[in-house]
Amino acid sequence: MIIAIASGKGGTGKTTVAVNLACSSIADSVRLLDCDVEEPNCHIFLNPEIQRCEIVGIPVPEVDENKCIACSECSRICQYHAIASLKTKPLVFPELCHGCGGCTKICPTGAISEIRQEIGVVEFGRYDNIEFVHGRLNIGQAMSPPLIRAVKQNVAANGITIIDCPPGTSCPVIAAVKDSDYVVLVTEPTPFGLHDLSLAVETMRELKIPFGVCINRADTGDLKVVDYCRQENIPILLEIPDDRRIAEAYSRGQLIINVLPEFKSGFQKMFDRIAEYYHEARGH
Amino acid sequence: MKIAVTTIGETLGAAIDLRFGRAAKFILLDTETGVFEVVDNTQNLNAAQGAGIQAAETVVRLGAQYLITGNCGPKAFRTLQAAGIQVITGAEGTVGEAVERFKAGGLKPSSAPNVEGHW
Repeated sequence: MIIAIASGKGGTGKTTVAVNLACSSIADSVRLLDCDVEEPNCHIFLNPEIQRCEIVGIPVPEVDENKCIACSECSRICQYHAIASLKTKPLVFPELCHGCGGCTKICPTGAISEIRQEIGVVEFGRYDNIEFVHGRLNIGQAMSPPLIRAVKQNVAANGITIIDCPPGTSCPVIAAVKDSDYVVLVTEPTPFGLHDLSLAVETMRELKIPFGVCINRADTGDLKVVDYCRQENIPILLEIPDDRRIAEAYSRGQLIINVLPEFKSGFQKMFDRIAEYYHEARGH
Repeated sequence: MKIAVTTIGETLGAAIDLRFGRAAKFILLDTETGVFEVVDNTQNLNAAQGAGIQAAETVVRLGAQYLITGNCGPKAFRTLQAAGIQVITGAEGTVGEAVERFKAGGLKPSSAPNVEGHW
């Protein structure tokens, strides 16, 4: 079962929910994938011992001038304008390349080959019963989905995988939540939280992934998020109170459930509700 | 000689478009005959990325030897330079005025981009 923790708005507490949910599990082994590769944070809570590191690259074109006939086909097919065809050898802009391979395939003279350009790393570690994997995108690199997909190749074949997603509703989020069995949308009870939650809800409906909501700092703000969920028939899986002790634990990089064990059951109940939904949906 | 000029209009009296990649239109002027054509750049105006590169390709295809514009970023500059096109930045006023100033030696080709990408 794959559970993705996402949100429209940034800073709502995705990482907090992801790590506390993972650590509340009574399963023998849980895999936690931090797919917020631009600013991975899960490791700050878990301090896992990193055992292995893999470099991730995307294929970018290299043009053999002797074979190029300046037909411009490569430039015509590239939607990202990463290759410019002039009267001479095409110019390549690797920073714009999405690594789709289209130019290599369409070149009639086989003048384009692919070289790998590093975009980041995937690191593997362990903390207690958690198998930890995260991606770290190189600074200045605009293209995170290929790295997110590389992290997600480590989804557990059986058992539980929890994915911490980047915020928003664009390509990196889609790459992170894709193929999940369930998405938890973390929000806060403010006009900002509500606005961005509604965007995230639209996204999940478009992707046809079942989802529920977790309201963080639940007793602040207003009741509009609760009303919205009721109207839209969206389950509220967990409400985390605006408790100073939680904020203090967070500020020290500690897990809520370690400092305040009474909150563990809330995360476990959320997990059980998702598991129940998952098994029902699969008819067993 | 053929000069490409970025513009918001369709005549020599129209104002220069200060943007290159996302310029509204190009006017391609043949200085020997005085004949010019207007080339639309709307497709690039809405490009997600690489507008400068694609606009540079357009200018190359048009057969211009010079480009007169307001600002030109690094990727567009590199593309134009690779094709041997001289880039004149810092132009203002109308297309006709800029061309006259250039012909009189008041505007000189640049050796480097004058703005960052996405300025």
